[in-house]
Amino acid sequence: MTSLPAERGAKRLGLVIDLDTCVGCHACATNCKEWNTGGHSAPLTDVNAYQAEQRGVWFNRVHTFEAGQGADGRTVHFPKNCLHCEFPDCVTVCPTGASYKRAEDGIVLVDHDKCIGCKLCSWACAYGAREFDEDEGVMKKCTLCIDKIYNTRLPEADRVPACVATCPSRARHFGDLGDPHSAVSKLVAERGGFDLLPELGYQPTTKYLPPRPAARPLDNVGQRPRPANEDPAPAGFLRWMDRMLSR
Amino acid sequence: MLSERRIDLSPVVHDEVKYTTCYMCACRCGIRVHLKDGLVRYIEGNRNHPTNKGVLCGKGSSGIMQHYSPARLRKPLRRVGERGEAKFEEIEWEEALALATDWLGGIRATDPKKLAFFTGRDQSQSLTGWWANQFGTPNFAAHGGFCSVNMAAGGLYTIGGSFWEFGEPDWDRAKYFLLFGVAEDHDSNPIKTGLGKLKARGAKVVSVNPIRTGYSAVADEWVGIRPGTDGLFVMALIHELLHADRIDDAYLVRYTNAPWLVIRAPGDPDHGLFARGADGAPLCYDHATGTLVDAREANIMPALVGTHTLPDGRKAVTSFQLLAERYMAPEYSPDAVAERCGVAAADIRRIAMELAHVAFEEAIELDIPWTDWAGRRHETTIGRPVAMHAMRGISAHTNGFHTCRAIHLLQVLLGAVECPGGFRFKPPFPKPIPPGPKPAGKTVTPGKPLGGMPLGFTTGPEDLLVEADGTPIRIDKAYSWEAPLSSHGLMHMVITNAWKGDPYPIDTLFMYMANMSWNSTMNTKGVMEMLTDRDPATGEYRIPRIIYSDAYFSEMVAYADLILPDTTYLERWDCISLLDRPICEADGPADAIRQPVVEPDRDVRAFQTVLLDLGARLGLPGMTNEDGSPKFPGGYPDYIVNHERTPGIGPLAGWRGAAGETFGRGAVNPDQLRRYVENECFWAHHLEPGQKFYKFANRDYLEFAVHMGFIASSDPIVLQLYSEPMQKFRLAAEGHGSVQPPDHLRARVKEAFDPLPVWYVPFEEAKVDTDAFPLHALTQRPMIMYHSWGSQNAWLRQILGSNKLYVAAVTGRRMGIADGDWVRVTSHNGTIKVQVKLMEGLNPDTVWTWNAIGKRAGAWNLAPDAGEARKGFLLNHLISELLPPESCGRRLSNSDPVTGQAAWFDLRVRIEKCEPGEEAVSEPQFPVIERPVGLEPAPEVNRYGSAFRRPR
Amino acid sequence: MHPAYSVIVFTTASGAGYGLLALLGLFAAAGALPADTGLGIVALGLALGLIAGGLLSSLGHLGRPERAWRAMSQWRSSWLAREGVLALLTFAPAGLFAIGWVFLNDTGGVFAGLGVASAVLAGITVWCTSMIYASLKPIRQWHNVFVTPAYLVLGLMTGALLLVLLSRLFGVWQPAFGWLAVASVLAGWAVKAAYWHHIDTARPRSDLGTATGLGRLGPVSLLEMPHTEENFLMKEMGYRVARTHAAKLRRIAHLALFALPLLLSLLALITPPLLSGIAALLAVASAGAGVLTERWLFFAEARHTCMLYYGRAA
Ligand SMILES: Nc1nc2c(c(=O)[nH]1)N[C@H]1C(S)=C(S)[C@@H](COP(=O)(O)OP(=O)(O)OC[C@H]3O[C@@H](n4cnc5c(=O)[nH]c(N)nc54)[C@H](O)[C@@H]3O)O[C@H]1N2
Ligand SMILES: Nc1nc2c(c(=O)[nH]1)N[C@H]1C(S)=C(S)[C@@H](COP(=O)(O)OP(=O)(O)OC[C@H]3O[C@@H](n4cnc5c(=O)[nH]c(N)nc54)[C@H](O)[C@@H]3O)O[C@H]1N2
Ligand code: SF4
Ligand code: SF4
Ligand code: SF4
Ligand code: SF4
Ligand code: SF4
Ligand SMILES: [Mo]
Repeated sequence: MTSLPAERGAKRLGLVIDLDTCVGCHACATNCKEWNTGGHSAPLTDVNAYQAEQRGVWFNRVHTFEAGQGADGRTVHFPKNCLHCEFPDCVTVCPTGASYKRAEDGIVLVDHDKCIGCKLCSWACAYGAREFDEDEGVMKKCTLCIDKIYNTRLPEADRVPACVATCPSRARHFGDLGDPHSAVSKLVAERGGFDLLPELGYQPTTKYLPPRPAARPLDNVGQRPRPANEDPAPAGFLRWMDRMLSR
Repeated sequence: MLSERRIDLSPVVHDEVKYTTCYMCACRCGIRVHLKDGLVRYIEGNRNHPTNKGVLCGKGSSGIMQHYSPARLRKPLRRVGERGEAKFEEIEWEEALALATDWLGGIRATDPKKLAFFTGRDQSQSLTGWWANQFGTPNFAAHGGFCSVNMAAGGLYTIGGSFWEFGEPDWDRAKYFLLFGVAEDHDSNPIKTGLGKLKARGAKVVSVNPIRTGYSAVADEWVGIRPGTDGLFVMALIHELLHADRIDDAYLVRYTNAPWLVIRAPGDPDHGLFARGADGAPLCYDHATGTLVDAREANIMPALVGTHTLPDGRKAVTSFQLLAERYMAPEYSPDAVAERCGVAAADIRRIAMELAHVAFEEAIELDIPWTDWAGRRHETTIGRPVAMHAMRGISAHTNGFHTCRAIHLLQVLLGAVECPGGFRFKPPFPKPIPPGPKPAGKTVTPGKPLGGMPLGFTTGPEDLLVEADGTPIRIDKAYSWEAPLSSHGLMHMVITNAWKGDPYPIDTLFMYMANMSWNSTMNTKGVMEMLTDRDPATGEYRIPRIIYSDAYFSEMVAYADLILPDTTYLERWDCISLLDRPICEADGPADAIRQPVVEPDRDVRAFQTVLLDLGARLGLPGMTNEDGSPKFPGGYPDYIVNHERTPGIGPLAGWRGAAGETFGRGAVNPDQLRRYVENECFWAHHLEPGQKFYKFANRDYLEFAVHMGFIASSDPIVLQLYSEPMQKFRLAAEGHGSVQPPDHLRARVKEAFDPLPVWYVPFEEAKVDTDAFPLHALTQRPMIMYHSWGSQNAWLRQILGSNKLYVAAVTGRRMGIADGDWVRVTSHNGTIKVQVKLMEGLNPDTVWTWNAIGKRAGAWNLAPDAGEARKGFLLNHLISELLPPESCGRRLSNSDPVTGQAAWFDLRVRIEKCEPGEEAVSEPQFPVIERPVGLEPAPEVNRYGSAFRRPR
Repeated sequence: MHPAYSVIVFTTASGAGYGLLALLGLFAAAGALPADTGLGIVALGLALGLIAGGLLSSLGHLGRPERAWRAMSQWRSSWLAREGVLALLTFAPAGLFAIGWVFLNDTGGVFAGLGVASAVLAGITVWCTSMIYASLKPIRQWHNVFVTPAYLVLGLMTGALLLVLLSRLFGVWQPAFGWLAVASVLAGWAVKAAYWHHIDTARPRSDLGTATGLGRLGPVSLLEMPHTEENFLMKEMGYRVARTHAAKLRRIAHLALFALPLLLSLLALITPPLLSGIAALLAVASAGAGVLTERWLFFAEARHTCMLYYGRAA
């Protein structure tokens, strides 16, 4: 059913990505590729793998931006995958029903056996989160690791998306954003999490946490007392002469 | 409410999971390899592993593509064409080993020095070093001389350990973190994880780096310093702290040589050395008794400053006083250095006060009692939560050794070494200062092992490896007057020196895992020429034989005469040993193994096994039984278990003793590897809380370290701010003693061997016309590539498939250069053509690029028109292994004068825009290397994973 | 957006086909066209052929054309599915209408009704086609009020030009056809002029600041793409036509799609049949080239919001 589910649960699974902490290591991108190339969407094909103009299917891509100028400037690493939007146009445009949003958790998926490869969903996604497999002629996308997060064959602790489990700087968090009391929802509230392209109305489930302001001087740090005539050595260190310090 | 579609939410992921250790870089993370139908299905981090605690970086997560790379070598190869052509024939292992034995056997019987054995990014240096020792050649080193010997030596000679892999910031407790010149480092995942922890806690992170990417991008404050000036910056911080009297004087008195008395007798042969009592004990002035006493005694009250008269009537002054006099001088004030550093004086002052504020006003006190070396119990453990870390941005300069020392000085003045929240050692560090043992090789006897290990630590001129006339004994001139403290060798000089026959020609260059005809060399084009150059008199190659072990078709393969193809990291046993560079944490020692998780599908052998086999064929004593049979017929795993370096101490520390009942020291345990495999391929010991801090003065820790064989005695280790070994070399330069530098090096040694950190202009900058070469040029390691390895990886090469030259936006605008423009970059050594990208977060006097992305066309089984070859480039063509000529015409190596560290980052360049219409191809370009025999052409479409597809 | 030829051919051919079909249906129903077999075969054949050819061509855009039948299922939400459904639906009355005309030479009564139905469905189909584009929020050059009228009017216009030509060919010309052609060209010109003015002047809703949420820190620019070489998204959405090239093509469109057809249609109104026929032929040829250019520009000038993440303007 390409129409959005009429009846939905409160659960809204998604990610929270901390732009203050992401060091841009691409681990989330490659670990995602590694899990998913053998998973629900297998394979994540690469074209010209060892030739010029190499490209392939990636569910997660890490961009780098520079924002602001001068001392306030920041370099910001910016990982981006499907945001599992509340109003995903990628789903509603799909003519075949291959794209769908799950009622129970809000995950947006593609059924590759139904997809005709019309690419319309990729046109409808403002975020560039859809991935066309040129070799197979079908659309693929981030599954939120649906075959991992619910996989009862894996130990409980491993049931998180690959990109979250692997992130070395812990810049990625996974959870239920439909539940205001979940850890991720609290994080969003505390840190002022925001939506990408809010003006377009997709209402992404996945939120981003802003970088903290740059060049933050510490509070309460005094200035060094600067005598009018700064003691030149050796007089300046005479203050240590009488220190009685025990070894 | 349920989706009507049914999908398999719980597919079978694996048939089996095997644990081993990652080797997509040298960080040594623990991994879980999921195997399905005999193929690698998924690799993830091992949550229980001390190094990575479950996470995996971008490279580690791409292991599948490395393991199945189409560039893997398949069989031993013997050169049939000219060097550099990659024309080979496939031979059997027996033939390959017989050939190598024949070549090497002859050398060993006549002049073992004619073998130069150098290794690269491997993790078996305790084996390879021992092999060289058994062979009898001093000409051995690994990559340390490239990487960060300044960092290692600077730390080891100052605090008994160092940043790099010998210690780590206390990520869990630090409140202020100062990071110098790090893009990736060997602690790849631990740093990322640590930064994540700091950020989560809201600690302040300051990154000092000309370039704002990676770790600097997440820093709360970025200090875009001008390259090569960190020493000044740090000394200005010290200047501020001293003037404000914001130093931990109690710590200095207790744990450092600050109160030790230094002889002031200019001209005397012991001027500047420590005043010592009859028993050799360093002296200090004791306030309590008003006398000069053994400075290492407990319960005295040493004076921090003051001049005292020695029994022999000469004057002596505390080393702290010398230190304070130096750094409090106006030349180190923030105002004096600001312009050279490109950092505002106000910022330097503020950072100094922030450091002091956090160290002293936000000090932490843990409820952990501990006992010091003198047996005094301390009810709590005090911490100065200021942590620092530094790497090659500091060390890869010719003034790097001193800058490293300056940073340690700064940490020590704040009392922030080995305390909660500060910088902490990872056992087996700290080690005594100066470190030991000394390098072996003064005498080389044909057919006999070397007197000791080739690499070691010099403590004075008498330890140098030079002939009576000053001629270096080693081919790389390590431990000569050009690099007296070169404890990791000078790998970057081997080929040049061997080609020149300076100090002597060699017969065989034996290399392992080092792409020396490409990215790991300076002056790449020149090195390729040296490798193919023939002596016109004999028609022989100037470097007659080259044996090389690689696992992949790298650029270097084309230049070898005999190729010994290695396994991939998923196919072999390996040992990440405490004798080498282990995986320890500050909280305890640890080591690890690699086990084969898949069988090789090619005719390749693990290099370590091959090396042991060769050793046995050559009859090397450690590798042969009395009857001449091989001592380790089971290859490397046999050696890992059964080799003992000293009785009871072998490559692995865990599960020693016949039944695995002990660790550290104990009898060989035949079952040891099984125990490791059962424990997920690592062993870790957790120190008691009372052993964890102040290890250099912590009785319980020191005794433990002695038991483990880390150190010889449990005497406290006194941090050496003022370095006496340095002064010994300086005295020699001043004309004292029997071993003195040759005249052309005298002045340089005198200047460089200052016993307190100094700053001087990096050599290349001082020698070239800075108007002609106005810019600094740097490289950075990309987080998703390990040197040259990553480009054969179908995933990683999509992320970074060619590199650009980054130019500061202001500089680009000034020069009329825009994004995408092609420019020529020229140094005193050559010119390259590259494409530009402008950026904001960059020191305006600096340009940079990602390291080792450029590839030679045809190498790595990539299509010759791949972006790596056509658009990518190496900065290495511009970097010379030699400095511009001295006035006498002599050219010294482009290395730190103390340690021989390769000065990659001293490079100065200019850039000029190319003519419009020039071809959009990087330069220089080299002839395409043809795919060697045995390698299949690489596929165009990669569908890895389709085999795991199930009905959805 | 990448101007894919399959899609350009599809929209232009089917647009003209539906335009012609609609006019044939309406005029025949109104008795303004004779139910002549030859005319029926050629005119309806052309209309349905253009439609079918266009639809076939659109399959070329699919990664899995053999599954194209699935594209009908989601008519409740998807404009593409609706278009597919309607395209097929239209064939029903149009087919029966054609049977009446060609085989029974009857376009009255029931068949007139079928003609009108075909016209209505043709209009709705073109409307659906336009809505595929007009509904896409990430592409402001498509997501605006001018796109649907443009599709409808251009379909009508190209249909009308064909009708003039055919009516001249079969000698069944009527001034109304000519005036309709002139009027539709004028209407098309007005709509497209308004469209171009709109996309040139309307401020984009989104920029890299809103796309990344980093706008609060100051100007945002791309430092590193996630991958070195162009990926699928960049090839599909990152197509860039040079400003000067686009301006040139717009001039060509103005000329070939509107100015010349207008002139030639007027000429066809006042000249004797033979000359008028030639003028009508030229008008069709010119408009054909023009509409292909216009449609190419419609894609090439469209910029996808997701390209902001690749450092490109929206
Ligand atoms: N411009 C510039 N140049 C630099 C540096 C810089 O900062 N800037 N850094 C320098 C530094 S610090 C270093 S350490 C060097 C590193 O440079 P190298 O030591 O050359 O390192 P790599 O390129 O990683 O790899 C060496 C070889 O190891 C091979 N290899 C990989 N895995 C295996 C294996 O399992 N077995 C075997 N036998 N071989 C294998 C690879 O195929 C490759 O040919 O580069 C130096 N070069
Ligand atoms: N991903 C990845 N990880 C690696 C490697 C790899 O190839 N890839 N290689 C491994 C090896 S062999 C090594 S040696 C380590 C090296 O690890 P790093 O020390 O992190 O090595 P580089 O990437 O050379 O980083 C040098 C940093 O110093 C900065 N810098 C240069 N000059 C100066 C200066 O004068 N002052 C300051 N403050 N900063 C300066 C540069 O901008 C750069 O950020 O990494 C290891 N880890
Ligand atoms: S991010 Fe794009 S693909 Fe993902 S749900 Fe939203 S619109 Fe769809
Ligand atoms: S490409 Fe596939 S998933 Fe996307 S809209 Fe078309 S049919 Fe649906
Ligand atoms: S949630 Fe899973 S599929 Fe989505 S980006 Fe992360 S790893 Fe990839
Ligand atoms: S793994 Fe984490 S730190 Fe690395 S790029 Fe992804 S989000 Fe950023
Ligand atoms: S840092 Fe990455 S590549 Fe290096 S060992 Fe760890 S996971 Fe492997
Ligand atoms: Mo290195």
